[in-house]
Amino acid sequence: MAEVQQKESGDGKKGKPKKMHIHVDFTPMVDMNMLLITFFMLCTTLKKPQTMEISMPSNDKNITEEDQTKVAASRAITILLGGQDKVYYYAGQPDYTDYTTLSETTFAADGLRAVLQDKNREIVTQLEDLKQEKLETGMPDEVFDEKAKEIKNVKTAPVVMIKGSDASSYKNLIDALDEMHLCGISKYAIVDITEGDQFLIDNYESKGALSNQIDTSKL
Amino acid sequence: MPRVKVKRKSTLIDMTAMSDVTVLLLTFFMLTSTFVQKEPVQVNTPDSVSEIKIPETDILQILIDQDGKIYMSLDRPSDKANVLQDVAAQYGMELTDEEILKFRTLPTFGTPIGKMKSFLALSSDDQDKALKGEFVAKGIPAGIPCDTTKNEQGVDDKNEVKVWVKSARAVNSNLRIAIKAAAGTPYPTIRNLMTSLQDIRENRYNLITNLKNIKDEERVVIK
Repeated sequence: MAEVQQKESGDGKKGKPKKMHIHVDFTPMVDMNMLLITFFMLCTTLKKPQTMEISMPSNDKNITEEDQTKVAASRAITILLGGQDKVYYYAGQPDYTDYTTLSETTFAADGLRAVLQDKNREIVTQLEDLKQEKLETGMPDEVFDEKAKEIKNVKTAPVVMIKGSDASSYKNLIDALDEMHLCGISKYAIVDITEGDQFLIDNYESKGALSNQIDTSKL
Repeated sequence: MPRVKVKRKSTLIDMTAMSDVTVLLLTFFMLTSTFVQKEPVQVNTPDSVSEIKIPETDILQILIDQDGKIYMSLDRPSDKANVLQDVAAQYGMELTDEEILKFRTLPTFGTPIGKMKSFLALSSDDQDKALKGEFVAKGIPAGIPCDTTKNEQGVDDKNEVKVWVKSARAVNSNLRIAIKAAAGTPYPTIRNLMTSLQDIRENRYNLITNLKNIKDEERVVIK
């Protein structure tokens, strides 16, 4: 439907050159452009996906095993990821005979986060102060990161072990890692679940019905 | 009093300005766009508060779908061809130039290496179907095997993910590994992959997530 419109103006007096107004109708051009824009908008990813960086301990040195035993019981927290988005935790060494050694919580703000931030109170408050200071003084990001790292790496920081059971999903793991991020915990590890931990979950779910099945000779 | 003459106006709108704007927008989109990569399976990544962006180049993406099928994609076609040749050589396979060329154009791959020849012989529509797992009956299963069970010698020789990642690393040492898994992926699959990566000393990698917005008052819940 593209058309070049020629409009004659003037009163048609003889002798005068005809004045020509050439109007090009741009409507089809706009139509086409709009179509192309729509195409590009739909086919592109403007927003790059977010990522989480994790580094796992290397396998051959077996640091995790040693760390596990070295960590003082008061600082160690183990998070167990169960099925159906359930999450359990215990501090230090569990008491396998008592099912209440395990506590159940959720991934909501007042669940696991409250527990971990309570354990990590000192560091969390320091980090908050640092953030406030950054807001007030306009501290550059590098300095902030450096200081935050220093705060997080103190000797008394809690150490968290994340153990996913077979019934849990990838989302649970990401949620747990998120909590580490939010609670300012820099020392955490993703560890394979042990038989004992799985037993703790089962025992908790059955309200201690399995306690009498414990083979005491193995303890 | 003379009557006010209502001027007759032409309904023609000058579209030149509009056209200018659209051309500008078009240029912007053309220059900034990176096309969505075609992925054989739809993957809904979980949400997280982490705000780190993923680098654009030198990415080895490991895609895991809800059922635990593992796919891989490399961003450089030349790397892809080299990796395929390397892997094929390790399994004692001979691939023709045509097959390698076909592999280069694949956005994502995920077939057991033993079935690679018959997979590459398919038409591109059929390849998509095969990656979705619709050709299992025809003998082409989907997904790269990541079996961590060890044989008598204590080697997990059925673990092809390890072989692929290892040769990808050998071809391009700047490669970053990014894992994009569906939120509902069962944990054992993830654990298998993580142990496999640990075995070949790939200890740093990125997990691709969506951004989760949480309220400021929920960030710190203790007083």
